[in-house]
Amino acid sequence: MKHLISVLVENKFGTLNRVASMFSARGFNLQSISIGETEDPEISRMTIVTRGDDQIVSQVLKQLNRLIDTIKVTDLTHQPHVERELLLMTLKLSKATQHEIFELINVFKGKVVDIKQKSITIEVIGSPDKINTTIDIFRPYGIRELARSGAVAIHRGE
Amino acid sequence: MHTTAQKLNGSEIFFECLRREKVDTIFGYPGGALLKVYETLYDVTDIKHILVRHEQGATHMAEGYARATGKPGVVLVTSGPGATNTVTGITNAYMDSSPMVVFTGQVPSSLIGNDAFQEADIVGITRPITKHNFLVKDVRDLATTIRKAFFLATNGRPGPVLVDMPKDILNAECDFIWPDSVDIRGFKPTITCHANQIEKAAKKIAAAKRPLLYIGGGVISSNASKELTLLAKALNIPVTMTLQGLGAFPASEPLNMGMLGMHGTYWANQAVNKCDLLIAVGARFDDRVTGKVETFAPQAYKIHNDIDPTNVDKNIKVDLPVVGDSKDFLAQLIKALPEKSENHDSWLAEIDSWRKQCPLTFTVEDDSLKTEFVISRVSEETEGNAVVVTDVGQHQMWTSQYYHFNNPRSIITSGGLGTMGYGLPAAIGAAFGVQDRPVVLFCGDGGFMMNIQEIVTAVHYKVPIKIFLLNNSFLGMVRQWQELFHQEKYSFTDLDESNPDFLKVVEAFGCKGMRAENPAQAEAAIKEALAYNEGPVFVEFRVIKKDMVFPMVPAGGSISDMLLERLNPKTMV
Ligand SMILES: Cc1ncc(C[n+]2csc(CCOP(=O)(O)OP(=O)(O)O)c2C)c(N)n1
Ligand SMILES: [Mg+2]
Repeated sequence: MKHLISVLVENKFGTLNRVASMFSARGFNLQSISIGETEDPEISRMTIVTRGDDQIVSQVLKQLNRLIDTIKVTDLTHQPHVERELLLMTLKLSKATQHEIFELINVFKGKVVDIKQKSITIEVIGSPDKINTTIDIFRPYGIRELARSGAVAIHRGE
Repeated sequence: MHTTAQKLNGSEIFFECLRREKVDTIFGYPGGALLKVYETLYDVTDIKHILVRHEQGATHMAEGYARATGKPGVVLVTSGPGATNTVTGITNAYMDSSPMVVFTGQVPSSLIGNDAFQEADIVGITRPITKHNFLVKDVRDLATTIRKAFFLATNGRPGPVLVDMPKDILNAECDFIWPDSVDIRGFKPTITCHANQIEKAAKKIAAAKRPLLYIGGGVISSNASKELTLLAKALNIPVTMTLQGLGAFPASEPLNMGMLGMHGTYWANQAVNKCDLLIAVGARFDDRVTGKVETFAPQAYKIHNDIDPTNVDKNIKVDLPVVGDSKDFLAQLIKALPEKSENHDSWLAEIDSWRKQCPLTFTVEDDSLKTEFVISRVSEETEGNAVVVTDVGQHQMWTSQYYHFNNPRSIITSGGLGTMGYGLPAAIGAAFGVQDRPVVLFCGDGGFMMNIQEIVTAVHYKVPIKIFLLNNSFLGMVRQWQELFHQEKYSFTDLDESNPDFLKVVEAFGCKGMRAENPAQAEAAIKEALAYNEGPVFVEFRVIKKDMVFPMVPAGGSISDMLLERLNPKTMV
């Protein structure tokens, strides 16, 4: 099954590479990985989405812990958490479709970030599942380009 | 922080740090990026620098030194090709968990990334084969980085750590500050085993009718032989060891079952098959040990102690994991054991019947020589007390079977990676660390050629190693698999035509050499070599070509598929 893992790491060059190459060297699935600084500039947070049975995921967690530059590894999957992904997507725009597109943007609580004569760029934030659905729904209108951030996640506060 | 307000340049700091780490020997080779370091070294008298003949040699020497002494091995090489030549040796140390710190020179910081002359991204290259590695970016970080490197290499599960030092940093000056302590927040190995787990383990051990201790290299690296011996003897539990675990329990003890696994003894493997409790200590259920995992120790409740949590449930699901240092595990167990436990006499008798059924034997003929004979004789002559180094191949497996190791830190062999060319340099390194026991190398004719240049190092430093070349004129172990599993197609494994005159080669390097072609000559040569201490001594044993290592569990097979003899007897010599 899918697992969502949050990892605090030293904010140093090479850390992302250490983590990513550990996944490839050990043949673990890596669906997405995102990284950014935290409130402490010496520490970054990585959010990793991986798939595997319990035995494999337990190995993933232990192998992550084993890296010297990882400070804390948490499997958020079965804990209260918030998970979000950002989608940026440029769609073809025409007189015939614009009405429907705007309606759908509202339905998905998206935002228009740029609009040109023949194209529109929108942003949508949501769980990776919602992002998948968004992409599926908009596909028939003609996707020019899209970029996904990968999931970021955090514990829910107490 | 402890300050000695003393301005030093990077190279001086480097040696000052080695002093603080109590390093007495380093294995190195100079080059452009290290000119400043070698300039400083010119006047260093308290640290012995061994000039090798190939950087791969330096890494294996450092590992041999580390495994013989328990202290970290130290390597110093230049940037680019010097650094890339260390890759095999670093991987070897990583796979066998040997403490090692490798220092590489690097092009000046300002040129990094420019494809500068002799630039290689050695930090990138060695990321997956080191426990950790560092690129030093500021001379003020050099001392702390070196301190961390030694700390990481030697604490928790040992392993190799690399420190890359750009040329400008070795020239730059700063105040030398040696940190009193190290704190790496991402590295907190579990040393002490959890008391609850120990209690559960003790109960299982007390109740077991057919227990078996399965001992790996972790018992050697945690210096836990004494505890192991105490525990096994107190409860009458038989002990089987992996290749890296040999010597943890004395071969002279009746409870010793020898090695398990692919070329393990019949009785050790049968014991694994039939035991009701398997106590794995500092071992990792490697595929050369387990064969087919589904049929490994099928009746046993499995307790697994290892310092590295990733080893637990990696290859085999165990019933009771106990993470922590093996010495702590065994010491705590001894204290926790109940007064009364099962008597294992009938279990031991059963094992003994397997031993009688299929003992390790070989035949001796007057006019031909076998590797088994040579190793047995050396084992007897040295009373199982030598430091024995091997290369990789058939002779390595025969060493595990016919050398009776009575002490820990006595087998130095490439287990995880199986690196041909490891033996000779590892033996030289071991001899720099150990002076009170003879250092004996068993090497094949294939592997000997892979780092033969280091004979020069041994000659130059008068290193008194005994180089025993088991020349079967074949890549013997590959030949064995070709005979058994590849329709006797001996594809590119016959070296008879192409091997050099080894005696002449080593003599040209300045090494004393002998040759033996039959048991009588072998006896004499072994005695003479063991008595010679002026420097290295070489004996070429011309052994039969088509000898085979048995028993053998075919790769991925079950222990019950064990082969005890040739499939096709007509392929005998
Ligand atoms: C560097 C390297 N290359 C190839 C191999 C594959 N290999 C394993 S054993 C072996 C044969 C070794 O022959 P030799 O050194 O003569 O020892 P013997 O088996 O004859 O005792 C080979 C080629 C290896 N282990 N290491
Ligand atoms: Mg050979």
